[in-house]
Amino acid sequence: MANEQIKLMIEDLDFYYGDFQVLEGVSLKILVNKVTALIGPSGCGKSTFLRTLNRMNDLIEGTKVDGKVLLDGQDIYDKGVDVVGLRKKIGMVFQEPNPFPKSIYENVAYGPRAHGIKDKDELDHIVEDSLKKAALWDEINDRLDQSAMGISGGQQQRLCIARALAVNPDILLMDEPTSALDPIATAKIEDLIENLKEDYTIVIVTHSMQQAARISDYTSFFLMGEMIEYGLTDKLFEKPEYKKTEDYITGRFG
Amino acid sequence: MVRSNFDKDLEKLNQDILKMGSIVEETIYKAVTSLVEQDVELAEEVIKNDDQLDYYEIKIDKKCIKLIALQQPVARDLRQIGMITKIATDLERMGDLAYNIASITKELSAEEFIKSLIDIPRMAEINQQMVRGALESFVNLDAEQAREVGRKDDQVDELDDQIIRELLTYMIEDPKTIKQGNKLMFVSRYLERIGDHVTNICEKVVYIVTAERVTF
Repeated sequence: MANEQIKLMIEDLDFYYGDFQVLEGVSLKILVNKVTALIGPSGCGKSTFLRTLNRMNDLIEGTKVDGKVLLDGQDIYDKGVDVVGLRKKIGMVFQEPNPFPKSIYENVAYGPRAHGIKDKDELDHIVEDSLKKAALWDEINDRLDQSAMGISGGQQQRLCIARALAVNPDILLMDEPTSALDPIATAKIEDLIENLKEDYTIVIVTHSMQQAARISDYTSFFLMGEMIEYGLTDKLFEKPEYKKTEDYITGRFG
Repeated sequence: MVRSNFDKDLEKLNQDILKMGSIVEETIYKAVTSLVEQDVELAEEVIKNDDQLDYYEIKIDKKCIKLIALQQPVARDLRQIGMITKIATDLERMGDLAYNIASITKELSAEEFIKSLIDIPRMAEINQQMVRGALESFVNLDAEQAREVGRKDDQVDELDDQIIRELLTYMIEDPKTIKQGNKLMFVSRYLERIGDHVTNICEKVVYIVTAERVTF
């Protein structure tokens, strides 16, 4: 781990919804061009943690953050940080595919347009490139002008990934991106994640431990708002260091 | 406690290994006793019972494969199931070696021994103790006991060297003893191999408990 480059450094992070503390003293490193999986039972704070990484929780009233989240050394919670610019760098994909009720083309072009790109050729190029990276281009390049609501759930999710890629982020956050998909669509997304990590740093929340084991390089186990164990995925699933981790991954939790 | 069905299945697997192991222990005893007492009937029993061990090995293998396919075990569960299939293979091999000894019993049943057999039963006794200890360490997940049993194999190796040296002196002195001496050397080597298989089991127990790969 020593010679790995750190993309995000989280230091002693606390998070509150009102008076209720959801995260307690979480410290974690997210390494460049690696897939980091966050696992843990429902309510352990893993999704909340993911959302602190691009300040999505700012949108919820009454929340409070203590601690630091350093993106390439710069704290994203510093005053004066441009949150829109931050979310351009750190894209997000959600549990349910949530394409805009627009054409496939417009879904992908939306972000770049919002960031000021107007040139038609350039937009065409970004749309094609993003759809190719999301492994969707070959399936839908003949119907880019059709509604995104008319394609399958698995295709919609890959479209959402293409949409996130279109603004050229460094990091992709994925919150249970395959929980609404069938096994074949899931396998396609997993293949895609494997390819995407060449160019992006990926953090994924998943309820499927088998998925974490299959696709991630590092795994982090959360329990009741604390980060219990973090390490190489291989090691965590063969020989976890803490009993709490072993109990959870072997299904003896409770 | 959740996953109680899975835990029950794992416990049954442990029981299968114990049962198979106790059959192996008994088989080693019977094979060597049949040799020493030139008891062909007992040797036949060992030969006939070998099918039983083959059956156990396949049965245990099937259960392990099924658990892996259906339960996706991880961590210690995975280490345990992965090693149980290998332990079953080691036990089956030990049964084969005892079978070989029983075959030699039949070949030598009408001959007078060139010397009284003392070290061979001693080796077999240590083997049996080792099998028992290895199985105990497996059930109790006791890595320390597994290491201790593994180290005992040195005694078996020493006895094997000693037996072979001794038989060689007989064979040099009187070439008529070569045929029998050679067969007894094989018996000694079979017992030495049995010790190696017990050692393998001990290594696997250490891996199950500590996830550490060791060789004794």
